[in-house]
Amino acid sequence: MAKKDMICIVCPIGCHMEVVEDASAEGGYRVDGANCKRGNMYGVKELTRPTRLLTSTVEIEGADLPRLPVRTKEEIPKDKILESMKVINAIKVKAPIKMGDVLLENILDTGVDIIATRDLILKKGKLT
Amino acid sequence: MLNYDIVVVGGGPAGLAAAISAREEGAERILVLERDEELGGILNQCIHNGFGIQVFKEELTGPEYAQRFINRLKELEIDYKLDTMVLDISPEKKVTCINTVDGLMHIEAKAVVLAMGCRERSRGALNIAGTRPVGVYNAGLAQRLINMEGYMVGKKVVILGSGDIGLIMARRLILEGAEVIGVLARGTYAAGLSRNVVQCLEDFGIPLMLQHNITKINGKERVESVVIGQTDENKRHIPGSEKTYECDTVLLSVGLIPENELSKNAGIGLDGKTGGPVVNENMETEIEGIFACGNVLHVHDVVDYVTGESNEAGKSAARYVRGELKKEGEYISLLGGEGIGSIVPQRVNKENLDKPLNLFLRVKDIYENSKLIVKLDGQEIKSFKKRFMMPSEMEKMVLRPDVFQGKDGSSLTVEILRGDE
Repeated sequence: MAKKDMICIVCPIGCHMEVVEDASAEGGYRVDGANCKRGNMYGVKELTRPTRLLTSTVEIEGADLPRLPVRTKEEIPKDKILESMKVINAIKVKAPIKMGDVLLENILDTGVDIIATRDLILKKGKLT
Repeated sequence: MLNYDIVVVGGGPAGLAAAISAREEGAERILVLERDEELGGILNQCIHNGFGIQVFKEELTGPEYAQRFINRLKELEIDYKLDTMVLDISPEKKVTCINTVDGLMHIEAKAVVLAMGCRERSRGALNIAGTRPVGVYNAGLAQRLINMEGYMVGKKVVILGSGDIGLIMARRLILEGAEVIGVLARGTYAAGLSRNVVQCLEDFGIPLMLQHNITKINGKERVESVVIGQTDENKRHIPGSEKTYECDTVLLSVGLIPENELSKNAGIGLDGKTGGPVVNENMETEIEGIFACGNVLHVHDVVDYVTGESNEAGKSAARYVRGELKKEGEYISLLGGEGIGSIVPQRVNKENLDKPLNLFLRVKDIYENSKLIVKLDGQEIKSFKKRFMMPSEMEKMVLRPDVFQGKDGSSLTVEILRGDE
């Protein structure tokens, strides 16, 4: 029987939970100790198919800063994080960029896009 | 001489929220002064997610959180000046500042909001023996270098301090290809949030070295190694426990200090426990019309709390300008009792007990299944059950008007009653 103690990472409260395989429960797992629904969902997912949001930066040309912060639009499988970093590190973009702009579609066939997490305008004085 | 109704010193999350809520409360002429080249403050370098769960009901990264406030500020056409250093604030609310476009400016303000944030405690405060080589960084500085300026700080790193910045930087360094030998905590538990221990350290197999400390840093030009020793239950070094670890970089995540030089010069009274100004329930300092919010007031761990508190400061400033803020009335002083490290606000006007009173506390130790007891002149008026409290997680407490119904006193104390474990 699969069973795991874990600390929830959904919010800063950090509930201590126990996830137990339980055929009678909805979805096949029972989560004890979580204070909210999102915690319950996280518990089951962490045991069956753990995912994470990945944040990093990419090279940007023509802005006041050389790096643009980015993230995966949704969570990706945890075991694809390091491979995704290689793909993200190869991205190069040009200013101007708006928050939410899609910089790369469907990273590693996860169905998840890489998006910008801030605006970066053209370098001041370069506004042509 | 420039004239404004409200001058906000600092354009980070606290200053932005204060300016926006002051405008929403009806204040007209508002000016935000920011010393960096852009608004947003430290959020711009906090590229990780986990911000905004309470305020926006979704999980954002730092830059996204900042961008929403910056967009709102621009929508409301609130004035701001970047690259501008405030040199002095007088008790009469004259603000002196300087930049390379306008030169030296004197601004007369009806109200001032202090939102200068905090800075990192650095190596000098720690008495670590050894040499002074390149490669010793404050964790927040390293975060800015990596995430905004595009410089990698090192290849083999030891992180001293298990606060949230230290934990988050450990993950960041791994993702950028460095090796992290470990994150050191002098105490018996990590100082940062549990979720960060899980998703930053455990996810990547980074050792959390509890009860360890750096005793010496070696290296001629660049860091070459550090000596790490174990600590006892009182966080004291255990002689003979030293081991040398080769590394080229040391990150320090050893605490934040509210940046109050301007407040001190203005003659504003500070609280020795928070390191920030003494304020009342309106976030007003001891000088009438000068308000404070965010990390300059007390160091926060969740930006949503900063936003909430800064909304209060901004609204109060707007009401002060209109002459609607209650000035008369007796004050109750708030004191931290057994187990309480600090408490904000430090005083409350009795006239304002007709609306909910928000208190922010820090506890001194880890407490499980305990109670927070609120006493007015020694008489218990309210208690809250708490499943888990720790020093690095700020506690928020709301006292509703009915708690004070028919009661009177001059000092309010909050203390912890330890539960059976």
